[in-house]
Amino acid sequence: MTPWLRRQRALADYTLASLARRKGKNIALVAVYAIVVFVLASAMFFAASLRFETSAVLRDAPEVTVQKITMGRQDLIEGSVAEEIGKIRGVTSAKPRLWGYYYDRIVGANYTVMVPDDPEMIPEPGSVIVGEGIPRARGFKWSGAPLFLSRYEGDLKRFDVARAFESDSALMTSDLMLMNEADFRDFFEIPAGLYTDVVATVRNPNEVATIVEKGSNALPQMRFVTRSDIERTYQKLFDWREGLLAALAAAGILAFVIFAAEKASGLSAEEMREIGILKAVGWDTRDVIAMKLWEGGLVSLGAFLLGTVTAFAHVFFFGAPLFAPILKGWAVIYPDFALAPHVDGLELLTLALLTIVPYIAATLVPIWRVASGDPDAVMR
Amino acid sequence: MQARRPTTPVFIVLGALAALLAIELYYTAFASAARNTRLAKEAGLVRALGLTDTALFTEARYTRHPALADLNTPFQDHPMGFDHFPSGTIVPVPDLPGNGWLIFEPEAKK
Repeated sequence: MTPWLRRQRALADYTLASLARRKGKNIALVAVYAIVVFVLASAMFFAASLRFETSAVLRDAPEVTVQKITMGRQDLIEGSVAEEIGKIRGVTSAKPRLWGYYYDRIVGANYTVMVPDDPEMIPEPGSVIVGEGIPRARGFKWSGAPLFLSRYEGDLKRFDVARAFESDSALMTSDLMLMNEADFRDFFEIPAGLYTDVVATVRNPNEVATIVEKGSNALPQMRFVTRSDIERTYQKLFDWREGLLAALAAAGILAFVIFAAEKASGLSAEEMREIGILKAVGWDTRDVIAMKLWEGGLVSLGAFLLGTVTAFAHVFFFGAPLFAPILKGWAVIYPDFALAPHVDGLELLTLALLTIVPYIAATLVPIWRVASGDPDAVMR
Repeated sequence: MQARRPTTPVFIVLGALAALLAIELYYTAFASAARNTRLAKEAGLVRALGLTDTALFTEARYTRHPALADLNTPFQDHPMGFDHFPSGTIVPVPDLPGNGWLIFEPEAKK
C-alpha cells in the first residue's frame, strides 16, 4: 500500500471510530437518508420502466385516428368517412373501428369492448376474448365459465369466454373484451353503417402532417390524432407521474434536509472540541477536512447504495407494492403485470450526484470554518 | 496481533452493496432478451388490434384513453370542477390539440 492510501485508510478508521461514538444518531441518519434515496429511486425506476414499455409498444399504435366531434363530444362516425380518408394520397388503408366502454354493474368495473379487425382475433358469435383483468374482477373459479353481462336492470346476456389474453400483455389488454361485429352492434344497439372512429395507415410516416392537413380541410368536423400525439401524451403522463411521486417525497426530503443540515453543519460543542484537540495534537487543517470528507462520503455512499439496491428489488422483484395503492386509484381493474426491467443509466447517475454531493458539501463547509481557526479558540 | 480496524467490516458491507447493485444492473441486461420478446409480442397485439392506450387506469374515459378522450371530459361537471377520480391527478390533461385539431389551427402551424 502506498503511504497515501495507508494515510487515507487511517483517516477512515479514525472517522468510523468517531462515528461509532455517536452510534444511535448516525445509524438513524443513514437509515433516514437511505429511505429518502429509496423513495426517489423507486419512483425513478418505476417511471423509467413504464415509459420504456409504453414507448416500445405504442410505436405500433395506429398512425392516424379520426374521430367525429359533435358539440365538443366524440360522436359515432359514418363508414363513408373511411372511404374519403382512404382516397387521400399517401394513405394505404383507412378502416372504421367499433369500440366502446361497458360499465359492469355487477362488479363496478369498466371494460373496453372492441371489435378486432384481424380475422384471427375475431371471436365466434356469442363468445368473447377477454383481458386477464376481467375474469379476475368477476372472480371466475374455473376457466370456461360463461360471462353474463347486464346492460340494465333485468337484462342479462351470456357470452362464452373463448380465451383470455396472457398477463404478459396486461399493461395494454387488462380490461379489454373482444367481440365480433354482429354481437357488438346488437349489444350496444349501434345501427349498421356507424362506427366509433376510423384508423388510417400511412405509407410514409413523414407525410402524416400533410395527410392530416388535407384530411382536416376535407373533413373539418373531424379530429385527427396521430401516433406522435399519442407518444407525446404518454411522455407527458409519465413525466407528470414521476414528478408527482417526487412531490410526494418532497416533504420527506425537506425533513431530511433539515435533519442532515442540523447534523452536518450545526457542529455540536463536542465535535468542535474534537477538532480543536486534533489540531492541538498536530493535525493539519487538510487532515481534518479529509477526515470529514470520509465521514460525508461513507454516510452518503452507504445510504445511496442501500437505498438504490432496495429500491431496485422493490420495483422489479416485488412489483412496487408501496406505489400500487397510489396508482390503482378507484379502478376495479388494475393490470397485473411485471414491470419490464429497465434502468436509465443517466438518471441513476443524476440521482447519485444529487444525493451524495450535497451531503458532502453540507458536511465540509462548516468544518472548513472551524478547522482553519485557532485550536485554542475552537476548544474554548 | 494487529487490532481489528473498524474500516474492514464497513468496507466489506459497502463492497457487498456495490456488488448487489452491479448484479441488479446486470440483471436488467440479462433479462432484456426475455423482456424484448415479450414486448415484441405485446407490440404485435397493439398492431393487430390498433390499441392506442395503456389499461393502467380504467375508471374513466380520459384516464383509460388519454390520447383519444374528449378534451372536456376531465371537466365534465363544470370547467373549474375538481376531478371526480383520484387517478385524474396522476393522468394530466392530454397535450393535445396537436396536428389538425378542429376549428382552430395550432399556433405553431400558422
